[in-house]
Amino acid sequence: MTARIEVQREARRGDPVEVRIVIQHPMETGFRYDSLGRQTPRNVIHRFECRYGGVEVFRASMGAGIAANPYLRFFVRAERSGDIECRWVDQENASGYASAWVKVNG
Amino acid sequence: MARLTEHGMRRRSLAALVAALALPRRALAQPVVNPVPGIDARTINTPQGALQSILKGAEMRRGRVLLELPSVADNGHSVPMTVRVDSPMSNADHVRRIDLVSEKNPVPLMATFFLGPHMGRAEIESRVRLNGNQRVTAVAQLSDGSFWFDAADIAVNESACLDGG
Repeated sequence: MTARIEVQREARRGDPVEVRIVIQHPMETGFRYDSLGRQTPRNVIHRFECRYGGVEVFRASMGAGIAANPYLRFFVRAERSGDIECRWVDQENASGYASAWVKVNG
Repeated sequence: MARLTEHGMRRRSLAALVAALALPRRALAQPVVNPVPGIDARTINTPQGALQSILKGAEMRRGRVLLELPSVADNGHSVPMTVRVDSPMSNADHVRRIDLVSEKNPVPLMATFFLGPHMGRAEIESRVRLNGNQRVTAVAQLSDGSFWFDAADIAVNESACLDGG
């Protein structure tokens, strides 16, 4: 699964850091049929989590109501320089990982 | 349960019933997992059931939450959505979770976001799928346990859930 994460390189301690991530995934709803009339099974990224400095800061539990190629924008408070790590898993147990380093000044 | 107007609730449950009848049989045959034991599994897939499973009998009040959706969308495949909660996001006072409930999607609970004091700002943006004109509700639970909500009406010219969508 390809994903792209964008985080500002540097931040001041205490400031919220914007994290933007987009993951390439069809987010199959399970309500679609192929040309032979067979149902395409539901397969969505149902769990997404973000860790910063090893601590879980944000988690999302998503359903088919989230659009294909899910995009998320959220904030993390800058505390010390470290990795912002995102992990996710879909219903076929395919998982993905993306991370970005943020340098914290002050 | 939500203190929406009695009339609105009745009209909405009627709409949900009509939507349920309109679904193809195969769609209904999908297993429905009951995430909340103690709440009737038959209602979990209705907007009311989804709200019940979130609130578990508590009241929710309008305010503190701001849900931003465009008023009109050409199609429902990917609609930008921002939800923002007025909260200092400190250890003592922060947002615990935000639930997005759709009135007309086949699965009303679109997403649940779990937040915490490490986030610094209670603001989340994503893109959602919407099945037709409807009201979307964002329910936030704060660290003191109270529930707050905001709702936004949106006109969707082409639904996301048509076959081939």
